[in-house]
Amino acid sequence: MAQYRLKVNGTVHTIEADPGMPLLYALRDDLKMDNPHFGCGLSQCGACTVHLDGVATRSCVTEMSKVGNREVTTLTGLGTPEHPHPLQTAYVEEEVPQCGYCLNGWIMTAAAFLKTKKHPTEDEIRDALAGLKCRCGTHTGIVRAVKRAAEKMA
Amino acid sequence: MHAPTKIELSRRELMGTAGALVFAFSVSDPGTVAAQQVMAAPEGGANSALDPTELDSWLAIAPDGKVTVFFGKMDGGQGTDLAMAMIVAEEMDVPLKDVDVVEGDTARTVNQGGASGSTGVRFAGSALRVAGAEARRVLVMKAAEKLGVDASQLTVTDGVVSVAGDPARKISYAELIGGGHFHSKIGWNKQYGNPLALTSPARPKTHDQYKIVGTTQPRLDVKGKVFGTKPWVQDIRVEGMLHGRMVRPPVAGASVASVDESSIAKIPGVQIVRKGDFIGVVAPREWNAIRAARTLKVNWTRTPDPFPDQAKIYDHIRQSPVTKSDKTEEGQVDAAFAGAARVVEAEYEWPFQSHASMGPACALADVRADGVTVWTGTQKPHFAAQGVAGVLGVPVEKVRAIWVAGPGSYGRNDAGDATMDAAVLSQAVGKPVRVQYMRNEGHGWDPKAPASVHRGRAALDKDGNVLALEFWSRGFSRLETNSTEADPGDTLAGMLLGHKGKRTPAFNLPENAYTFSNKRLGWETIAALLPGASPLRTSHMRDPLGPQITFASESFMDEVAYAVGADPVEFRLKYLTEPRDRAAIQAAAEKAGWQPGKAGTRRTQRGNIVTGRGVAYQQRGGTIVAIIADAEVNTRTGEIRVPRVVVAHDCGLIVNPGGLRHVVECNVVQGLSRTIHEEVKFDHRNVTSVDWLTYPIVDIGEAPRVIDVVLLNHPEAISTGAGEATMRPLAAAVNNAIFEATGTRLRRAPLNAARIKASTV
Ligand code: FES
Ligand code: FES
Repeated sequence: MAQYRLKVNGTVHTIEADPGMPLLYALRDDLKMDNPHFGCGLSQCGACTVHLDGVATRSCVTEMSKVGNREVTTLTGLGTPEHPHPLQTAYVEEEVPQCGYCLNGWIMTAAAFLKTKKHPTEDEIRDALAGLKCRCGTHTGIVRAVKRAAEKMA
Repeated sequence: MHAPTKIELSRRELMGTAGALVFAFSVSDPGTVAAQQVMAAPEGGANSALDPTELDSWLAIAPDGKVTVFFGKMDGGQGTDLAMAMIVAEEMDVPLKDVDVVEGDTARTVNQGGASGSTGVRFAGSALRVAGAEARRVLVMKAAEKLGVDASQLTVTDGVVSVAGDPARKISYAELIGGGHFHSKIGWNKQYGNPLALTSPARPKTHDQYKIVGTTQPRLDVKGKVFGTKPWVQDIRVEGMLHGRMVRPPVAGASVASVDESSIAKIPGVQIVRKGDFIGVVAPREWNAIRAARTLKVNWTRTPDPFPDQAKIYDHIRQSPVTKSDKTEEGQVDAAFAGAARVVEAEYEWPFQSHASMGPACALADVRADGVTVWTGTQKPHFAAQGVAGVLGVPVEKVRAIWVAGPGSYGRNDAGDATMDAAVLSQAVGKPVRVQYMRNEGHGWDPKAPASVHRGRAALDKDGNVLALEFWSRGFSRLETNSTEADPGDTLAGMLLGHKGKRTPAFNLPENAYTFSNKRLGWETIAALLPGASPLRTSHMRDPLGPQITFASESFMDEVAYAVGADPVEFRLKYLTEPRDRAAIQAAAEKAGWQPGKAGTRRTQRGNIVTGRGVAYQQRGGTIVAIIADAEVNTRTGEIRVPRVVVAHDCGLIVNPGGLRHVVECNVVQGLSRTIHEEVKFDHRNVTSVDWLTYPIVDIGEAPRVIDVVLLNHPEAISTGAGEATMRPLAAAVNNAIFEATGTRLRRAPLNAARIKASTV
């Protein structure tokens, strides 16, 4: 066991954990931050995505010992009902989710992408989000929502 | 560390209805109180049996006039809960925003069957429509008494009853009953589940009176999901809870010989639970439970390899003894074939598919001496409560199952198994236990959609008219594992503990509306490859057997159209007489810009890319769907894209057109995934599709660019359900488009790049 300082959504926490434990479990079990989800634990689906210093990162394969001083942002750190991120607004307007279990991965990944890319084409959006999984088939809604958010953010 | 949880009783607090006490929590940390958030202690202990003949069991009116509907199914993100709210708001004449829905909690809702066969609006909606109309009738009677006028002179607007022509004389629902009971009876047909129906002297509105039903309304669940403020079942926690993980055998069907407890001695706090072949671990820390389950050394008995060569699975299906069969026959089929000028014949094959839910299943069980609570993502919580009671050996009245949204289940996925595992573990260790499966269990151990073989035969006269059709299916049962968990023997835990389950052999006849005068339709089932707790046990998956059967039957219709040189759209219309069937096909053709012409002539080529366009149509329980799909095939790589799909959809009365469009769209994408990618792989010992690499699904790059949905509304008809119907003809439409593009007919799903390449080179 080792002690880790974790800065999540602006607040610093101290956590005792096995160095090999993925960040996902520190967020969910120690800090009760449920937005990143366990989908595969294998870096194959994106459900567990958080930002580390703004970079979309899969927390299910990010060991505690590798987080370092990087600042963690989760979906609730991205936006709230009072101060929504444009992607969240677009997701609500387009009513994208069905079960919604995947949406953390799509929104967190798209948010990091839209920071670096203004006016993306539909192909660029699809490329940037390739590999993320949605079992319910909400993909066409996702494309519409990301386009809508991109327009607002440009 | 985090903000203290502040608990506020909501506007609906202490509503004092039969089993309706709803708490809302104001929290900054959804995780910690998620359990309470979705829970509400009903009056009179944990299991006051709800009486379907009491109006109070169906809806309640709070002191401020807000209405709560008690919905005995659940919504998986398709908006069925919203549809219930709309139907009740319509009948009661209250604003939709004032209606809330409680769903899937055995202590607060009557068993309406859970999510099942796209019957949410059709059956549960019909019952709640009657309840809403009856509530309005009872309230208007009360108002008549209070206002001293005859009920016939009263109207209701936004929950306020007033005298027609004298609006100052009025009284609101809140004033009449707010916070109190109706204490009023409603007629009930003495059935639970899907067949449950209600009757009352009240007359529901006719469709021309609808103001809310038929309009697009925002879903109830979206914001909570998007802002992460609404818990999924994975997010539920209770005080003192342990984390559990299961240990599964490397060879399907192997038994536990011995367990080396010392193998996990170094992992703190772990307890092993072993009951026969049921084996799991629990630990206070989730990561330790995961490590322990991975590390625990179990010696398994040697067992004969349970599975045949996957390459020979369809031969196995053809050659195995029949366990059960069924057929229908019209006309003189054998005579028609005997006199045929020509016979067209083809066989089709469909693989095992996995629910592969987005997150592996999770459930939390708290088994105490005085009662059991389970939080579950199963589609059918009322039945799961029965199964939990059975596996624990406690009376069902002592079990409360609370449904919390999980990853979309689309049938009998792994959610019910996790629920039973959690219950068994919790009983064994005397603490609440949360079980979450790992990815390899989500793919590897969920009940599978059955693999099957289908044969079509058509007898033609010399002019190419169809004299007779024969269509035969043979495959594994869709109910080897039942679609509910009411019998413990239909879950992994139950089977490992010796429960047998019903293991019903069942397949489906195609719903064939073509007017061939001689028709024989039938099916045969074969035995499971491995009885019991098998990773290839078969059950319901979204539209049980619909995609399989229709892939074959509608591909075959195209083959016959091709054989006689007909236009695939015209050919179908020639044999359909019902106006709604015809209208659906015509609407799809018109929207797609279908060019008349013989089958096999819709091919264009640019470099390596050939494109084609295919049609398919099917009914499902009264819902009619026609699809026209475009396919682009790379002849060098076999890669396929489906850039555009047109769906014409007729499910009778449309409650919420916006929501319906969304459900149809998602059906198209999920259906495409099953069509072009999905196949459960296995070797002689076990399932080898255990993650997203070994069980690929559709990627965002492959999702259609355009999905045009044409909604055909029939307000005069009943709503026949939309959750699954689009899934049926999708695979055939894509297959028929591939044939147009490549000139080669594929007969084995999935229609993936390797198969297409092999067929076109
Ligand atoms: S859970 Fe991390 S990528 Fe799937
Ligand atoms: S909405 Fe269910 S997995 Fe994406």
